[in-house]
Amino acid sequence: MDAIAVEGLVKRFGTFVAVDGISFAVPEGSVFGLLGANGAGKSTAIRMLCGLLEPSSGRASVAGIDVAADPEGVKRSIGYMSQRFSLYEDLTVIENIRFFAGLYAISRRKVETEAERVLALIGLAGREGSLAGELPGGFKQRLALGCALLHAPKVLFLDEPTAGVDPLARRRFWDIIYEVADSGSTVLVTTHYLDEAEYCATVTLMHAGRIVAKGSPAGLKAERFPGAMLEVDCDRPAEAIAALAADGRIEEASLFGSRLHAALAPGLGDREDAEETVRAALAAAGFAVRSVERIPPSLEDVFIRVISESAKGGPL
Amino acid sequence: MNGRVGALVRKEFRHISRDPGTLGALLVVPLFLLAMFGWAISLDVNDVPLLVRDLDHTAESRALTAAFFSSGRFSRMDDGRDAGEALDSGRAAATLELPRGFARSLGRGETAAVQVLVDGSDATRAATVIGYVEGIVMRFGAERITLKAAKAGVALPSALDTRPRVLFNQDLRSVNNLVPGLVAIILIISAVISTALAVVREKELGSMEQLVVSPVESWELVAGKTLPYATIGLISAALVLGAGFLLFGVTVKGSILELAFMTTLFVFACLSLGILISTAAPTQQVAFLASAMLTLLPTFLLSGFVFPIRNMPPIIQAITWLFPTKYYIEILQALLLKGVGIGSYWRSALALLVYALAAASIASVRFARSRGR
Repeated sequence: MDAIAVEGLVKRFGTFVAVDGISFAVPEGSVFGLLGANGAGKSTAIRMLCGLLEPSSGRASVAGIDVAADPEGVKRSIGYMSQRFSLYEDLTVIENIRFFAGLYAISRRKVETEAERVLALIGLAGREGSLAGELPGGFKQRLALGCALLHAPKVLFLDEPTAGVDPLARRRFWDIIYEVADSGSTVLVTTHYLDEAEYCATVTLMHAGRIVAKGSPAGLKAERFPGAMLEVDCDRPAEAIAALAADGRIEEASLFGSRLHAALAPGLGDREDAEETVRAALAAAGFAVRSVERIPPSLEDVFIRVISESAKGGPL
Repeated sequence: MNGRVGALVRKEFRHISRDPGTLGALLVVPLFLLAMFGWAISLDVNDVPLLVRDLDHTAESRALTAAFFSSGRFSRMDDGRDAGEALDSGRAAATLELPRGFARSLGRGETAAVQVLVDGSDATRAATVIGYVEGIVMRFGAERITLKAAKAGVALPSALDTRPRVLFNQDLRSVNNLVPGLVAIILIISAVISTALAVVREKELGSMEQLVVSPVESWELVAGKTLPYATIGLISAALVLGAGFLLFGVTVKGSILELAFMTTLFVFACLSLGILISTAAPTQQVAFLASAMLTLLPTFLLSGFVFPIRNMPPIIQAITWLFPTKYYIEILQALLLKGVGIGSYWRSALALLVYALAAASIASVRFARSRGR
């Protein structure tokens, strides 16, 4: 059974359509990424799934409960953690935990064992007496996650949980997310960090209220970049883009830092001389090439392509 | 108590205990205000420094002068000959000049003039002083006439004999009037301002979002937020009443039960107002300003606490009807000072009830809407 099932979900605010008929399903125990820029409709979608907003049309069920029919039932079976650290800094770790245990009506007998389980999971055992406000940023994030996990929710919503946290702490955070998913909970996470999206089993990209790409990270890459992807280090990279784009064998060129990413047309990538093709094209146009390397495409490459295609009205 | 409300209440008390400023503001400041208003700022007029220039030096002139000081309202200022200078410098608040020939005029049965100059820079005080002066001079004159008539063997009917008796606040002490006002102000600070701040703080922190996705219902959230501040407000009000009794002998003359009931009604109105403000205010600063402007200022200025409503222009008097404190202070005055029952203040009680119900319904509708459903 799918932990989250969404079918033709729409949310209108007046004449503005924030979410425009999205559909997806998340199998139980998986980690699902919802990606997109600010204003793409991610937050509105999450708010509907959490039972905070009534859908204008379409259907959505979370943990088998229809969100429009029983929003309170949804709230009892989900955990939620938002992008802003939203615990109480003047309370200690254990006081925050007890408070959320109280909100979810966890019985007095169970509170201590649940607190122990969560503290071990988030690696804060032994820090019970510290004020939440005195914890380092990454610890706060883990505490917020722990509070959302106290009542063992079937579905966990994480709304940009790692915004503003250093990479090491982010890595640690994702280890915990995997443990949660392994124990059978389903996790839906939104993020701006596309490298982070690689951790998800399935990702969905929203743009202007609609889903423009959906699949596993590897599947999306293979589907959108059937040819080889090359990273080029050359002179005047900004001008070199035009020279590469003029070459019919190169599908797309874009700037990444001081380097170029060039996607070759399907078929060319299989040949050994893909690097030579690019080298020759640039040399002919008068650019000095320092290096050309074959790289796997990143999700960022995928999404740039998807969004630019959808902006041109091309195939999705 | 419901488990979720209990968790919210415990959490709120923890916040308060971690922030000594809040608790101090709610419990200590009111007592400080009471002491300050009760001792330092007296609205009573006593010991008015009076400069006497007796140019007549007769038994009659001395008798009139003595009448001034025996009243207990004036204290004597002997030094300084220049009445103008004494008033200018503020050393004297009033001067009394008895002209040469004062006793002679009296003896001939003519009108004898005395000159009294009063410092009018404080109009309220000046009005009171003039009242004292007129009373003393009239009595002196009346006694002279009675005496003269008796000597002549004529029995004069004492035509008018005014003996005012002050009811309810027999000593005319302003502290008696301050206690009701202070009780109202304390309840406003804790029930309106603290409640509004506590709710808006959750919005600012982002923790409101966390509460909204939890199974907590609107009424539980409101109860959890308001009960702690209502409790502290009531404790603080009881402290002020107790201190008013111990320090100034202000007693509750009416029924304690009615007092408790009416106070609960007022607190309910205040909490609703606090929640209402919190639904409109995006930040704690706005919440504080809005609640201070809507409740604290009108309480000081328009509720009759410091400035009597009767002396205000009709338009301002009409505005005072918009604020609940006015009704509560009327009820407190009835219960604390007059010792009368609901029969005499039912209009104020009814107005307070209507106000509380209206504020509560608007607040609950707006609060539920602000939570997204």
